[in-house]
Amino acid sequence: MELIGLANYAIFMGILIGIYALLALGLNIQWGLTGLFNAGIAGFFAVGAYASAIITSPHVAGRVGGFELPIVVGWMGAIVFAGLIAWPIGKVCLRFRSDYLAIATIGVAEIIRLVIKSEDWLTGSSRGITGIPRPFGELDYVASQLAYLGLVIAAVAVVYFLLERQLKSPWGRMMRAIRDNEAAAAAMGKQIEARRLQAFIFGAAVMGLAGALFVHFNRSITPEAIDPMIATFLIWIMLILGGSGNNRGAILGAIVIWLLWSVSEMITDRLPTDVALQAKYIRIFVVGLALQLVLRFRPEGILPEEQARQTAR
Amino acid sequence: MLELDNIVKAFGGFRAVDGCTFSVNKGEILGLVGPNGAGKTTLFGVIAGALQPTSGTIRFLGEDVTHLSTDALFHKGLVRTFQIPHEFHRLTVLENLMMVPPNQPGENLFANWLAWGKVRACEEEVRARAVETLAFLELTHVTEERAGNLSGGQKKLLELGRTMMTDAKLVLLDEPAAGVNRTLLRKLEEKIQILNRERGYTFILIEHDMEMIEKLCQPVVCMAEGKVLIQGDFHTVRSDPRVLEAYLGEPAGAEREQAQHDPHIEEVREQELHKEDL
Repeated sequence: MELIGLANYAIFMGILIGIYALLALGLNIQWGLTGLFNAGIAGFFAVGAYASAIITSPHVAGRVGGFELPIVVGWMGAIVFAGLIAWPIGKVCLRFRSDYLAIATIGVAEIIRLVIKSEDWLTGSSRGITGIPRPFGELDYVASQLAYLGLVIAAVAVVYFLLERQLKSPWGRMMRAIRDNEAAAAAMGKQIEARRLQAFIFGAAVMGLAGALFVHFNRSITPEAIDPMIATFLIWIMLILGGSGNNRGAILGAIVIWLLWSVSEMITDRLPTDVALQAKYIRIFVVGLALQLVLRFRPEGILPEEQARQTAR
Repeated sequence: MLELDNIVKAFGGFRAVDGCTFSVNKGEILGLVGPNGAGKTTLFGVIAGALQPTSGTIRFLGEDVTHLSTDALFHKGLVRTFQIPHEFHRLTVLENLMMVPPNQPGENLFANWLAWGKVRACEEEVRARAVETLAFLELTHVTEERAGNLSGGQKKLLELGRTMMTDAKLVLLDEPAAGVNRTLLRKLEEKIQILNRERGYTFILIEHDMEMIEKLCQPVVCMAEGKVLIQGDFHTVRSDPRVLEAYLGEPAGAEREQAQHDPHIEEVREQELHKEDL
């Protein structure tokens, strides 16, 4: 592969890593900080993606939309809608603990997927939504990709900064206390249910933003574009491997796992065709092995939750 | 200060607390004793709002608080500790204390972005109070340690420390002495007395250590099988035949004579404690 192609591929990967890093950061609020087992990440990702798509795309007969609002509004919409949809879901599901919550959220993500697939008037069902504008889309290919990468990095940086502040604030301390011991946190006057809901919505809003970045990058969206295998399962591995409870760990996990995931595909694609098809599945094995190794030797992830977080210094 | 009126807590057909009535006055350290399974901890759960009573009413500072939740009771000044330490194991010892004070501005999601100055100012106050509390408990050397790494006795002290981070009026202590060595135990007694005298805390104390009960508690309430057997000063309660019966089983003639000697009670108590540890 010639150099320019490789550079292009690197930029492309960088953008995807940024988007998945946002998902992992969102999950870190829910799981790392609060201990909520959300197994429906793909659902909130999809809500964000479709929300921004509908807000910014041109009119198509038989489907709501055609607002053609600025992309910034689309992103805001993605954040707000993902957060809004998380509210009733959290209200109902957060009564459950750990594994029950996981099952409930898988169910919710599946409902969202089915709604997207069948509600023609809202999402264009299986035809999806096309003609979604892309920031810097009018530049030539490489410049446009680079500009988008810059945008994604900026988004990750802003979210990272905001989360770090929350994590190190009394709010973060309270959430970690609730995670560690709910009964004691309640005995210390903390409103467990309300706080858990807050974290759930906060995390979902970040996932919604990731969805918006994803949809404007691809310029189109179909129900198949969001694969729970990646948008839920792989994100979980990213966070666990990188170190849950640590924002830098979440970002690092996204980088490591996505590199393993795509580079292993690149390698297997070079094999003879008949082997290549089967060898493709080796990447699931590679990711699983990486997770096993990290959990064996660093059970709290590559970058564990920091000790002695000191606030307001 | 706290009035319990005919509290019943049933789990299915089993009445763990079966019609408890007693009250606690301001400034008292009330000792709650009784054999294992007497319903003491369940009663604590009911008072603290963790369990809903099947029937009966609880009044705290003249107000009916029977159906209030744990966190609401905390804001009214009723704080509890746990028999098995409930530390926040992945937080540091300092953080364990700093999370306690109610209504910290930094607990608001948006204040951390919009009013950072206010958050910082409050943090400094809370930190100073936590540092002071740790000094009082002689835990300064483990300030930055993860609470999960503390010894059992240190965790007990930390539980007590948490009650000092808020302006508690009534503190429920569930077996503060269990698993704590003798030296630390004397220290713990001393701390409780200081809190009682200087800060005006009222305590209810569940304890199997009779020395501690004798030293600290007035009055003493003895429970058995979910009911209050007797309430009075330590010596009255200890020498009451019903109490001995509850601890040692049905007395019969000569055995009863022997049973009144303290060492026996001690022995049985030790065995019971041992069972609990297992």
